[in-house]
Amino acid sequence: MVTIEPGEGLQIELQSSVAAQFGRQIKAVITETLEALGVKDAHVQAIDKGALDCTIRARVTAAAVRATGKDVWKD
Amino acid sequence: MMFVPGNNPGMMADAHIYGPDSIMLDLEDSVTMAEKDAARLLVHNALKSIDYGNTEMVVRINPLNTPYGKKDVEAVVKAGVDVIRMPKTETAEEVKELEAEILKVEQEIGRVGETQIMAAIESALGVVNAYAIATASKRMMGIALGAEDYSANLKTNRTPGGAELLLAREQIVVAARAAGIACFDTVYSNLDDMETFRKEVELIKTLGFDGKSIINPRQIEVVNEVFTPTEKEITKARAVVAAIKEAQAKGSGVIAVNGKMVDRPVVIRAERTIALAIAAGVIDKEEAL
Amino acid sequence: MRNSKLVSLEEAIKRSGLQNGQTISFHHHFRGGDKVVNLVVDKLAQMGFKDLKLAASSLSDVHAPLIEHIKAGVITGISTSGLRGALADAISHGLLAEPVVFRSHGGRGSAIANGELKIDVAFLGASSSDELGNATGHGSKSICGSLGYALPDARYAKHVVVITDDLVAYPNMPQSISAADVESVVVVDSVGDSSKIAAGAIRDSKNPRDILLAKQAAKVIINSGYFQDGFSIQTGTGGASLAAVKYIREEMLQRGIKASFALGGITAHMVKLHEEGLIGKLIDVQSFDKVAAESIAVDPLHKEVSAVEYASGQHLGSATHALDIVILSALEVDTQFNVNVLVGSDGIIRGAIGGHQDTAADSALSIIVCPLLRGRIPCVVPKVTTLITPGKSVDVVVTEYGIAVNPGRPEIKEKLEDAGLNVVDIKDLAAKASSIIGTPDPLPFGNKVVGVVMNRDGSVLDKIYNIE
Repeated sequence: MVTIEPGEGLQIELQSSVAAQFGRQIKAVITETLEALGVKDAHVQAIDKGALDCTIRARVTAAAVRATGKDVWKD
Repeated sequence: MMFVPGNNPGMMADAHIYGPDSIMLDLEDSVTMAEKDAARLLVHNALKSIDYGNTEMVVRINPLNTPYGKKDVEAVVKAGVDVIRMPKTETAEEVKELEAEILKVEQEIGRVGETQIMAAIESALGVVNAYAIATASKRMMGIALGAEDYSANLKTNRTPGGAELLLAREQIVVAARAAGIACFDTVYSNLDDMETFRKEVELIKTLGFDGKSIINPRQIEVVNEVFTPTEKEITKARAVVAAIKEAQAKGSGVIAVNGKMVDRPVVIRAERTIALAIAAGVIDKEEAL
Repeated sequence: MRNSKLVSLEEAIKRSGLQNGQTISFHHHFRGGDKVVNLVVDKLAQMGFKDLKLAASSLSDVHAPLIEHIKAGVITGISTSGLRGALADAISHGLLAEPVVFRSHGGRGSAIANGELKIDVAFLGASSSDELGNATGHGSKSICGSLGYALPDARYAKHVVVITDDLVAYPNMPQSISAADVESVVVVDSVGDSSKIAAGAIRDSKNPRDILLAKQAAKVIINSGYFQDGFSIQTGTGGASLAAVKYIREEMLQRGIKASFALGGITAHMVKLHEEGLIGKLIDVQSFDKVAAESIAVDPLHKEVSAVEYASGQHLGSATHALDIVILSALEVDTQFNVNVLVGSDGIIRGAIGGHQDTAADSALSIIVCPLLRGRIPCVVPKVTTLITPGKSVDVVVTEYGIAVNPGRPEIKEKLEDAGLNVVDIKDLAAKASSIIGTPDPLPFGNKVVGVVMNRDGSVLDKIYNIE
């Protein structure tokens, strides 16, 4: 589950069942996904239970789209 | 063809390990309106990242006349889906409309003509128009029956014997064969009744369907068992195929097995049996020839 | 009765002559329902004992209260087959000054028999006992069936206290623990929560992945060359293991093949096959469910064995030496076929060696069944976090992405390939896993040794470090 709120700079709060081994990678995926969407300032809360990167990318994109109201697909 | 909800990343991650011929990720009925956007992104990212091997990947999109349909097309074509399954197809015009949407996105990404279409026929009007739908686009690879909506539309219920579906099933097989494309039967949703499921698979195989839609990996084995030719069928088919070769070698137009003349339909059936046996992995390709 | 051994717990402890620094022992046949360990250690703490070494056949979630006793210095050393829950977590973080010594069931049996693990006082829970100490795993309040893991303690401990909640008239027979080995008998309100001691039969898994793994495992067995009339088999209690029994049964019926015996933890599934005449005898060190526990009481061909008779590597008479096929699970398998069943991928202890080392080493064919991935946790890895079962005793690894065969068993590889199974290189499985999930970062291990893993011959196999 990912929620995105306004913030200054990119702050990522991650709770993950695989934090020790994959926390760094998960944060990198979140950062990369938001940067690609042009999101530079956000407070991200992510609760992960061992999802794959493609799922994290989708969840972060969906949260960003909902937060900004700007879809990645054409209307 | 195994149905997998488009909002279930766990199932999407490993659906292919059960060995279905194709996987249909669903953005339509298994996803609530509030989750449409998230599921679309999940499906898009799964298609882009997960190595499904040789499994044919199908996505069932929302109808184009909903707020979701066009976005679904964009998301899955950009992710390189093999087949888009159109739900509730009733006319050839709808197919052409989808074709145009697909082409628009394909042109944008420079991948023109790669995306195929499968039309689900789920209403009386769709059944009546089956042949027109089947021939509406050169992208059309197959048509499928969606029985829940269809039986509701007929004002009847689904029964274990499936009497209510008989005309639709036959019509779809006939339309598909006339159009030279594939046809797939509807799902059977009671996972605990494998006996009725097996009877249904046997029935639709007899009717001429190419495959069955399933909702759980546990159903795969039954479908494969029913569709895999028996040893006796394969032996017989091989004899026919061998006879063809012999006739060709002799330059003879007459094909005979055990001294009996063999008609053209028997040859076609034998070739289909061999193709099914290869597809099911019970014989090797080299071995078959 | 004259010479009654019936006393209170406190009196039994006093009589035993237990001293600070000595070793006390327990069995784990009451599984998650056990009350004996906590009851006894609470009493020992109350009586002022310090620096005791606790030698259990296994410990689980229910033993979390030991944390306080460790902090208070009552318990300063532990040896066990397994460790789970809050206690395991605390120990992984360095709670105990002395490393926990982990042994397999067979390894513990041997260590007790050869004097390497000396037990001063064994506190052995029993579902029933008479006042002289003839004790069994069957009683009016609870049943656990076999008491196999308690038998070496009963035989070799200097002093044995039987603890029961069902005192029955002499003679309690047939007995598992003999009065000849028992010094005191203590009656308490309850030795355990009966619903957690022996649950009903474990239900068949409907998890499609378990079913897929089970079918593959069954195909490996059927085509291995060992699936012949008179074969013997052991399986675990995991969903895939139990489901595999179902497919093996179908094939046995079809080919008219019967097994001579099933070994190990016995489940309702095995009892069913035995009662159908498909398995001749059941050799039972631990009855996993109520059906198995009830069967052992009435069926002369369902026999209780001690951990030594079950799986000792140092006694040629142990049953594992006669075992053809074993199906085992794993937390991790590495590209050298080494297996870890003890330490989680987060570096925290969360498992048990059980009979893994023993059965893998002695059986003719050992099959590990595990998914390639559990969520984002890889099960086939370049190197196991902790070495429990050396790769040379592991023959086949079954995953949903393919079957790997130990290069030391080329004849099995050939048979499985001939049968059309998807045989792959184990390195390709590890590569497949990392292609899906990425490469995990190294775990934040500290430099304090919190656990020592023993091999069944008494040598040290590996060390477990604290996690930070």
